[in-house]
Amino acid sequence: MIMSNAVEFENIDVIFGNRQAESLKLLDEGKTREEIAAATNNVLGVADVTFNVPQGEICVLMGLSGSGKSSLLRCVNGLNAVSRGSLRVRDGDWMEDVTKCDGATLRKLRRECVAMVFQQFALFPWRTVEDNVGFGLELGGMGPAERREIVREKLALVGLDKWANKYAHELSGGMQQRVGLARAFATDAPILLMDEPFSALDPLIRNRLQDELLDLQEKLNKTILFVSHDLDEAMKLGNSIAIMEGGYVVQHGTPEDIALRPANEYVADFVAHMNPVNILRGRAIMHRLDSDQKSGNTEFLLEDANIRVTLQDGVVRSANNGERGELKLINYDGTLPDELDATDNSIVFVAQEDVLLKDLIEMRSITQNPVILTRDGKVTGTLGRKEFFDSLTQTASVVD
Amino acid sequence: MEWLTETKIPLGQWISSLMDALNEHADFVFYTVSDVLEFIIENTIDFLVWLPALLIIAVFGALAAVLHKSWKLTAFTVLSLLLVVNLGYWEETMETLALVIYATLFCMLIGVPLGVASAHRPWLHQAMRPVLDLMQTIPTFVYLIPTLILFGLGVVPGLISTVIFAIAAPIRLTHLGISNTPKSLLEAGESFGCTPRQLLFKVELPSAMPSIMAGLTQCIMLSLSMVVIAALVGADGLGKPVVRALNTVNIAQGFEAGLAIVILAIVLDRICRRDHKEKSGQ
Repeated sequence: MIMSNAVEFENIDVIFGNRQAESLKLLDEGKTREEIAAATNNVLGVADVTFNVPQGEICVLMGLSGSGKSSLLRCVNGLNAVSRGSLRVRDGDWMEDVTKCDGATLRKLRRECVAMVFQQFALFPWRTVEDNVGFGLELGGMGPAERREIVREKLALVGLDKWANKYAHELSGGMQQRVGLARAFATDAPILLMDEPFSALDPLIRNRLQDELLDLQEKLNKTILFVSHDLDEAMKLGNSIAIMEGGYVVQHGTPEDIALRPANEYVADFVAHMNPVNILRGRAIMHRLDSDQKSGNTEFLLEDANIRVTLQDGVVRSANNGERGELKLINYDGTLPDELDATDNSIVFVAQEDVLLKDLIEMRSITQNPVILTRDGKVTGTLGRKEFFDSLTQTASVVD
Repeated sequence: MEWLTETKIPLGQWISSLMDALNEHADFVFYTVSDVLEFIIENTIDFLVWLPALLIIAVFGALAAVLHKSWKLTAFTVLSLLLVVNLGYWEETMETLALVIYATLFCMLIGVPLGVASAHRPWLHQAMRPVLDLMQTIPTFVYLIPTLILFGLGVVPGLISTVIFAIAAPIRLTHLGISNTPKSLLEAGESFGCTPRQLLFKVELPSAMPSIMAGLTQCIMLSLSMVVIAALVGADGLGKPVVRALNTVNIAQGFEAGLAIVILAIVLDRICRRDHKEKSGQ
């Protein structure tokens, strides 16, 4: 399948107020938000934002309050009007420029293509959980029987099928937001906008809902635009992160990019308080093998341990150390085997390249040998002593 | 100061001439309206009086029991209405009830749409505010005279005066309810693809419902407070014995009829009032 973009932002400016042309002119002259506000009384929401969100990815819009992240998110379903620029939303072969479409098209987009989850849940207090979830379907004119079936299915998805007939205020905050999620899932819209959905919840529940969202995403494969002011949350959820400041996107990249190579002081401030162990993944810090080293049936040397690794069609077949002979290969699948609690230098771990640094450290605590990293089963790189230390001091060299 | 009083602005004269003109050239309109309304109301009264008093009392008792699940309220409703029968004011109470029902009906039919419209259009709200203030504060007798001239004696000028007096409450409370719809709910409605019409019926009106219901009970109470005034222009009902008692300085009659009005007011208010305990959420 060819990866296509679900959402494309192109030179988006958003200005709140009634002197748009004047404000845009000032913006082009390089005036700041404060200067524009002083001159026209208009507020600069978003300035010159250009990036794409590929289908099936979670993109997190990050920033302090007032940085324009919510304003940008709300452009995607037309809750905010775009002052200038082009914002394309794509669902399969169907593509629409939100900035140009008429009311009926916008409604079609909102009913079928883009769903939204709100910070304060925004459930209707006079409707039961079931009727809240079925709201979008009801607007589209679906009959009650058909609706009921879909609603039950979505409620089961978020684990609330026993609560269908309760009212929203009878539920806890975490459960209310699950209803919000189910409501957004109900229309089967491929694009999900989430405006700080977990900020109003306590940390424990927030963490659990983040996990649930990631689990659901595995199944549903939506394109998610997620607004957050919490870098931990952004790092955990995002395939990519766009950091915003004063309406501008100051950095857009993978979590590793953001953590390892902050674009400016503002981003660096965010990152300074992060623990890299929870963010960095193997692929960002590994030693990459050349294509002739990893393709076909070859051998390569894990240098700092003098281990010879044999490949067959790019898949690790065996590892051999001169003194000990054949070494035991262990595929790391998320947990360490129970019998490996002591240090054992006769084994070599093979792990997926998106494994977290935290888990890699655990592996290294058992064996001194480097870890071999793979993608789709094929070798892509290795992680030795040097790479570990580099990553922990955040001096890893630029990759890609 | 003489220059100020020298030539009086004929403000009252203008209104009077306007009324004369209306009466001369459009009297058939007013008389038709009057006849139709009178026909409807008289028939309703005949029907209510024809029904056995005990049946109506039972219906009120059942409403209290079903809507509020309170045996205290049910007992109060039944006993107090039986007292009205005992005092001999049942027929007048039914006449007043009919007047209140129609006045409230017209107030809600006109007031709720106007309230919604003014919540959506700030200019309309600005324009309506002085008019509503005027309708609520101008002494009733002042517009009783022109309505009397235009619609003739009877229940209809009483109804019209009552509507003028009471309609500000549902308009204001509907406006308040609709404009207080939480922004997050409006956005949720919009983001799932509401048409403006769906937004009104599925988000704004349900959200404003407690406020609109408060407007309804207010309207009923205000209508009841107009009963005596309505009697002055010939509307039948509990106002008549009160006016008669005033003219003959009859303390006993005045007290009994007044008590019947109070009982009807309390019963209607308690039955129509909604508990707000189920409302919270946002």
